[in-house]
Amino acid sequence: MARETTRNRKLVFTVIGWTIGLTLFFPILWTIITSFKTEGEAIASPPSFVFFQWTLENYFEVQTRSDYFKHAMNSVIISLGSTGLGLLVAIPAAWAMAFSPTKHTKNVLMWMLSTKMLPPVGVLVPIFLIFRDFGLLDTRTGLVAVLMLMNLPIIVWMLYTYFKEIPGEILEAARMDGATLGKEIVYILAPMAVPGIASTLLLNIILAWNEAFWTLNLTAADAAPLSAFIASYSSPEGLFWAKLSAASTMAIAPILVMGWFSQKQLVRGLTFGAVK
Amino acid sequence: MVLTRLALTAGVLLASTALASAETLTIATVNNGDMIRMQKLSSEFTAQNPDIELEWVTMEENVLRQKVTTDIATKGGQFDIMTIGTYEVPIWAKQNWLVALDDLGADYDVDDLLPAIRGGLTVDGKLYAAPFYGESSMVMYRTDLFEKAGIDMPDAPTWDFVADAARKITDKDNEIYGVCLRGKAGWGENTAFLSATANSFGARWFDMDWNPQFDTPQWKNTLTFYVDLLNDAGPPGASSNGFNENLALFQSGKCGMWIDATVAASFVTNPAESKVADQVGFAMAPDNGLGKRGNWLWAWSLAVPAGSEKQAAAQKFIGWATSKAYAELVASKEGWANVPPGTRTSLYENAEYQKAAPFAAMTLESIKAADPTKPTVDPVPYVGVQFVAIPEFQGIGTAVGQQFSAALAGTTSVDQALKNAQNLTEREMKRGGYIK
Repeated sequence: MARETTRNRKLVFTVIGWTIGLTLFFPILWTIITSFKTEGEAIASPPSFVFFQWTLENYFEVQTRSDYFKHAMNSVIISLGSTGLGLLVAIPAAWAMAFSPTKHTKNVLMWMLSTKMLPPVGVLVPIFLIFRDFGLLDTRTGLVAVLMLMNLPIIVWMLYTYFKEIPGEILEAARMDGATLGKEIVYILAPMAVPGIASTLLLNIILAWNEAFWTLNLTAADAAPLSAFIASYSSPEGLFWAKLSAASTMAIAPILVMGWFSQKQLVRGLTFGAVK
Repeated sequence: MVLTRLALTAGVLLASTALASAETLTIATVNNGDMIRMQKLSSEFTAQNPDIELEWVTMEENVLRQKVTTDIATKGGQFDIMTIGTYEVPIWAKQNWLVALDDLGADYDVDDLLPAIRGGLTVDGKLYAAPFYGESSMVMYRTDLFEKAGIDMPDAPTWDFVADAARKITDKDNEIYGVCLRGKAGWGENTAFLSATANSFGARWFDMDWNPQFDTPQWKNTLTFYVDLLNDAGPPGASSNGFNENLALFQSGKCGMWIDATVAASFVTNPAESKVADQVGFAMAPDNGLGKRGNWLWAWSLAVPAGSEKQAAAQKFIGWATSKAYAELVASKEGWANVPPGTRTSLYENAEYQKAAPFAAMTLESIKAADPTKPTVDPVPYVGVQFVAIPEFQGIGTAVGQQFSAALAGTTSVDQALKNAQNLTEREMKRGGYIK
């Protein structure tokens, strides 16, 4: 009897889980399906789900019209560059705040977060002018810098939360056993902090990959990443859904695959310390 | 080792000087069919001009506008050629942000440009942008539905006729709606349509002293007519329909009439996209017998920002892309129906074009009927048919469009929407220093 109830409950949860999962995934699935339709079928009402003439025409069109690999390479460089640089700054900062806090640590953290509360467009003109004067417009260096700065508060906050979870007593014990600061960091702290750092890294790569305000406004031809690539396929006059879907599918594919493989790490990192 | 390094450095230096000798033009353009075709065919231009390379930045209209405006206003210098519309040209030319185009080539034949379009791109007698394609608006209607209802569409209908026909054709049970019109808020969406419509009702945005005119009976008539018509004979959710939504509705056979951009004519008559391709007729935008019709005028044009360091090469490209020879190039590669419309008189005199494009005559008539320098029945201090060419208009136009959209959705009354539009426009005009 008890086993029966458990099994029923499991079934219910499975169904609920799949329903939520599929609902969340549906827009992406629909984009992928639409990318294989003709423009006419893409707007047909009622829409067809599977039974239509599948075509690769949109992918060919997108590939001939714009250089996917150039945009993808820019996306990779910008997202990896900004995240890597961000971690270089944020790890020592979060470390200091977590392990030797002062009475202002909380305020500093709050102040850093408050910079995220301003809508980015509010600082577009000053940043644009700075970029113009330093010759950074349409350069990957400029974008790496600006995305790093935009995501820095989030990186610091995430790392701070993870580092806080590491008990100071372990470090003390290591010191009692005669570990030097270097050994303490390499053998004790680093292994414990790796999951947190890894999930911060992954999440920030995703954030930087999907960023579409600065990447659109500060680039033209040379440094334009995939967000600009997608934006060039939307049109106020004419049909564009199928081509836009093909471009979007191509743009999200790499990050989707990366997310898929690092799923375990991401979930672990995000729920780290959530249950005590 | 040292030698290798030296050789490498020399090689890199040589390569960079070789690259530097070719000039690269960065061209910002919109993602419309005609522009994409130009991008494809531009290899012909680079073959003729091996010293010029082209780099394309294609964007959706609103993103494009935001980017090129930021760039030109701050003299960012990222672009050598910009695709801009009839709204930007008069404003930017007055700011000295654009280069006057006086070097388009000996055989350019500037007098061949349609006078209405040329007028919209000329400031103080100088042409500041060359039109790539031009459009007006007109009525596209379903000949089969009109026949079934026993109605004959005249070439130049009145608004009363359109309203009457729309109500007769509507068959909501079968999802046939008499008329589809723009309802989505935005200065380039419903505000454009309603401003042009208002012109034919005798309304105007401002009087000669820049006072907003939304408190006049003409505007009340316009908005009441529009809201009533769409409520009776429009598709459900019309307040969120823009150009693309209506295009999809019309192409799937759900609209009896659609009054919108002439450029749509080639989409709705294309059998690959449209279910009703062989059942579409065309007529002039309606009027009320006051001497102005409800059609607008727009031209996507190519201009050179004053900050560009490659002005000569840029003018050379513009001269190529907007020439008669380019039209012939498109015709030879992709057929006459795909030639960018609405810029040159010679195109409309071409018998082959007339044969390939059944909508050619009506497009030309519509463009001729719009006059951006005298858009309204009563005199106005501004240029522009479906817009007012002042920098403040994008903001005001969208805010007013939101009021109109709310009136159509029924969340506010026509009177209240007009009152709000009047107040917000007055406030912005005071802030801009036009009125005290």
